[in-house]
Amino acid sequence: MSDLIGAGTAETIVFIAATALAIASALGVVLSGNPFRSALWLILNLVSLATFYLLLNADFLAAAQVIVYAGAVMIMFLFVIAYLGGAADEPSRDTPIWQLAAALIAGGALVVEVVLAITSHEFGGAPDVASNFGSAEAVSVPLFGRYLLGFEVASVVLLVAAVGGVVLGARRPAPRGPDEAEPFTEQVKHPEPELQTLVMGAETTFPVHHVPPKEGGG
Amino acid sequence: MPVGVEYYVGVSAILFGIGLYGVFIRRSPLIVLLSVELMLNSCNLALIAFSRQAGTQDGQVFALVVMAIAASEVVIGLGLVVAMARRRMELDTDSLTALRD
Repeated sequence: MSDLIGAGTAETIVFIAATALAIASALGVVLSGNPFRSALWLILNLVSLATFYLLLNADFLAAAQVIVYAGAVMIMFLFVIAYLGGAADEPSRDTPIWQLAAALIAGGALVVEVVLAITSHEFGGAPDVASNFGSAEAVSVPLFGRYLLGFEVASVVLLVAAVGGVVLGARRPAPRGPDEAEPFTEQVKHPEPELQTLVMGAETTFPVHHVPPKEGGG
Repeated sequence: MPVGVEYYVGVSAILFGIGLYGVFIRRSPLIVLLSVELMLNSCNLALIAFSRQAGTQDGQVFALVVMAIAASEVVIGLGLVVAMARRRMELDTDSLTALRD
């Protein structure tokens, strides 16, 4: 392609196509009535953003965007939407017109603000960069050097989120009424050896509350 | 780089505006989460564009950290949505007023 029309023109064409795709799919996310369709539109949006990253020489981030975001995160979204089924659908009520107007003003004001800011400043051309700019190797130098603390904090945040997800998603027993007996009390306090062996394996045939006698009477 | 950084930032602003609009007008918490993802990604685009403009990798590192934070946010957000659905609560951001009332 670049032989025919020049590399710069080709890049411009890709940029325009990706822009159209990104904005159309973003509108799809926001305006689609069905959450499943919204999530699929978001995948398209993420892929078109990955195209921008490639144009900006951020190869590693483009790959990470497609694999982590469009792959893992969005699959999780789709699983949850499928799990919720009809409960995930939009509550069918009309949005008040003032809310629509306020949302338009808030979103539009931000766009106008940024457009004014970038048009009032002369950026100039970007510098030429080495061919490995944005490769995994090149990104790893600041990531594990100057920004190591941020990297470690991000890993702790991910760990906390994983634990939080397990806690939020764990099934708890349904709340009991005040006069309902506590279920399974007898079995937990005095487990039948056979039953316990069946459930927990042969190593735990002694009762759970049983403390083994100390060796040598000491 | 024939397309200047200002165009990338402009696209990023438009995507952010669309995401903000979605957060305001949609009532399903799932779609609100999707719109928040849209906003986070538009910020990533601006970070990467400026990183290219500066000729350093620092903005890309920031974008990577934003991706990690976004993944955490999705986990917690979806966990909350699933917990709400388990309790047979209506999935409607307008009816979640326990902390306000």
